[in-house]
Amino acid sequence: MNLVTNNKWIGQRTIRPDGMDKVTGRAQFAADTTMPGQIWGKVLRSPHPHARIRGIDTSKAEKLPGVKAVVTSKDIVDFPIEKGAVMLGIQDMRWMCRNVMARDKALFPGHPVAAVAATTEAIAAEACKLIEVDYEVLPWSIEIDDAIKPDAPILHEFNKFDGKPSNIAGRLEHKKGDIAEGFKKADIVIERTFTTRPVHQGYIEPHACLISVAPDGKTTIWSSSQGQFMVRAMTAYLTGIPQSDIRAIPAEIGGGFGGKTIVYLEPLATLLAKKSGRPVKMVMTREEVMRATGPTSGSKSTVKIGATKDGKIVAAHGTFYLQAGAFPGSPIRGAAGCSFTPYDIPNLLSEGFDVCSNRSKVAAYRAPGAPIGAYAVECVMDEVAERLKMDPLDFRLKNAAKEGTKAAHGPVFPRIGYIETVEAAKNSPHYAAPLGDGHGRPRGRGVASGFWFNAGGESSAQVNITEDGNVVVTTGHPDIGGSRAGIANICAELLGIDYRRVSVIIGDTQTVGFSNLTGGSRVLFASSMVVTQSTEKIIQTLRERAAKIWEIDPEAVKWENGAAHPVSPNAGQFEPLTLQELAEKAPAMGGPIGAGVQLNTQGADGGFGTHVCDVEVDVDLGIARVIRYTAVQDVGRAIHPGYVEGQLQGGVAQGIGWALNEEYIYTREGKVDNPGFLDYRMPVCSDLPMIDCIMVEIPNPKHPQGVKGVGEVPLVPVMAAVANAIYNALGKRFYALPMSPPKVLEVLEAPTREAAE
Amino acid sequence: MAKVHVTTTINGEPMEFLCEPSDTMLDALRGPLALTGSKEGCASGDCGACSITVDDRLVCSCLMLAVESQDHEIRTIEGLANGEHLHPLQQKFLEMAALQCGICTSGMLVASDALLRKNPDPSEEEVRFWLAGNLCRCTGYDKIVRAVMETAAEMRAQ
Repeated sequence: MNLVTNNKWIGQRTIRPDGMDKVTGRAQFAADTTMPGQIWGKVLRSPHPHARIRGIDTSKAEKLPGVKAVVTSKDIVDFPIEKGAVMLGIQDMRWMCRNVMARDKALFPGHPVAAVAATTEAIAAEACKLIEVDYEVLPWSIEIDDAIKPDAPILHEFNKFDGKPSNIAGRLEHKKGDIAEGFKKADIVIERTFTTRPVHQGYIEPHACLISVAPDGKTTIWSSSQGQFMVRAMTAYLTGIPQSDIRAIPAEIGGGFGGKTIVYLEPLATLLAKKSGRPVKMVMTREEVMRATGPTSGSKSTVKIGATKDGKIVAAHGTFYLQAGAFPGSPIRGAAGCSFTPYDIPNLLSEGFDVCSNRSKVAAYRAPGAPIGAYAVECVMDEVAERLKMDPLDFRLKNAAKEGTKAAHGPVFPRIGYIETVEAAKNSPHYAAPLGDGHGRPRGRGVASGFWFNAGGESSAQVNITEDGNVVVTTGHPDIGGSRAGIANICAELLGIDYRRVSVIIGDTQTVGFSNLTGGSRVLFASSMVVTQSTEKIIQTLRERAAKIWEIDPEAVKWENGAAHPVSPNAGQFEPLTLQELAEKAPAMGGPIGAGVQLNTQGADGGFGTHVCDVEVDVDLGIARVIRYTAVQDVGRAIHPGYVEGQLQGGVAQGIGWALNEEYIYTREGKVDNPGFLDYRMPVCSDLPMIDCIMVEIPNPKHPQGVKGVGEVPLVPVMAAVANAIYNALGKRFYALPMSPPKVLEVLEAPTREAAE
Repeated sequence: MAKVHVTTTINGEPMEFLCEPSDTMLDALRGPLALTGSKEGCASGDCGACSITVDDRLVCSCLMLAVESQDHEIRTIEGLANGEHLHPLQQKFLEMAALQCGICTSGMLVASDALLRKNPDPSEEEVRFWLAGNLCRCTGYDKIVRAVMETAAEMRAQ
């Protein structure tokens, strides 16, 4: 690896290219776009958690003045179950076509059953009420324990487990050594069971789209998503329109965190636009977002860890049941595959079970599955360390995975930075500081570690030099958290010019090469790789152009500080030729200067973090408050430290919400009872302290700039760190999330029990 | 139903628009007035993304009827900068990376401006409680709070 050093822009806190639009209100998010002739689409949703749809009569709705089109499942392309999986990335179109619109059965309250387009939103909503759906209401189950009972109502009869119809849709395991033998060597063994509730990604921008379909089928989609190419492909699959006829234009995206990696509205709006001949806009309400999109899984995990007296873990067994919601596909790979990965454990069995129940289909949420697994494992780690009378960070160091350790999910680790994160946490001012006086409120400190795989994958970039010698970079990944700023830093660094001369835009599907989702902590890793290669091609062109002008060999020209120079006096004496000068001469010297690269990027190493959390508990009210927090992470190389810290701080804030307050609450009728920001309680500003970040930078040797993904690891250890801190404060363990005031009081008021589950 | 004619002042400019009696101020801003800087995150006054000021009072525009703006002074994110000169808060948000996806940013800036007009020297706790009505899911609020505090310090020094 040949990292640029003495760098001017990489590592600097530059101003992001899209910042001005966002601080002035100019930025165009999906719901901000309108079109002449536009009409409004609305979705009719099932009120039942589980019901067979015997018939739908849309005739009254169609006759309502102002209604322009109605669609039901018969308008969506069917992917029959028996014909097998049709995969698009990790999504099976058999589930997707049934998730965007219920086919034979409604499987959760909020499941779409029809959609209407009308001249106004109010008329469309009125028309939805006129649609008559003949439901046969069926028994349902919401929770894992109910869904896996032998007599549980089965969501999908075709789904078999152990030869019988079941709601368990899949199992995976990661195995290493022999756990039975391993546990025999253990001096202490601790086994605990944990539950977590589903939590929503909670992006502030609801799903929205505006879609125009011309009579020849040419379709334009403006929508906010984590991938315009995913929107194009899924919409094409589900509507039958060829991908080449669909132009998906990425609007600014108002948060995603994994929740905008699938489509909900786009296929419906496309079909409504096609039928009506009018552009159709659809915007979800917050209630629709909460009832029918995301969340991530609720879970039930059992973790058993065995260690010797001297603090070596000899065996571990994890069983992770995760809710998939209405269709198979919960993130068991993240739970089973990530939770033990920070440790070198000779005998390990980690199992994941995918459980369907009558909730909305889960969507990815920041290191999907990994925080759920880490919560269970890291809490047991804390108990084992305590039993061994070891400092919890020393216990982690003693068992830490390092270069050469074979992870249970397959890889033998290259140079990784896990140990460095534990050491940095241990040496942090936070870990050394006394807890301070809570004035009667118990205080405690907890630690936890986390791992996420990180991803590479398909990425495309085009870099063009403008006629005045500036730069336009086009990539294909929506920018959620500041990736444009990182790309501008890198491109400016390589070209040796001011970062403000680099404009970074997100191309639509018909103007830039295929680029996979913004997800998996992959965007800056992948896009900066293709941007680097494109920029290197441009530098090569610039050297060739200068060589031609100077009539010397291109090898005798070097690119430095934004200009071509002779490599040495031997090459000849020439005044440098700047980027501007070469751009001006371009028409006469070989034409436009631009380069594009498309790659399936490889070499995204996993990421590790270790967190330290202090809490203070009001034992009268049951309120636990996080009063100090430090997140340490191996970030590879912080291309833009401000936005790397932002990722860490944001992930921590989400984890604190998950730990302390956020959960889906259901009524006895099986409906979500808190589908709004008032009752689904995400952390607000006054709930949180400042969040300190320690960025350990161990450059990724497989990336030209040393980049590692950073976006997901920060959520992984948080719930365990908070739970361990609360234990440290109260001397009582919590085995269920969230640790909200009623639950805290329940545990405090049950002095005879060791813990509440 | 007949539409209502409303005369008001928005960002210092006289404005007129037609709306349904049941339309919210946010509907009017984003619809007939084409001021889409105010965002709808919840329509229930819980996220603050649609924050505006009405006669210098901070309001969630989704909780106010459009007809209520008659003869009042409305300020939105579009009125925060003075021509090509950014408000110090806007500049500081850019410099300190106090935004990520940007959907809450308009509301955060309007609310922060309302705070600094009322209290030019807020403590961290005061900033946190004032902004508790503005949800941000990306930043963890750290950089936002720091940017507001630092802007306040700079504005006091001037």
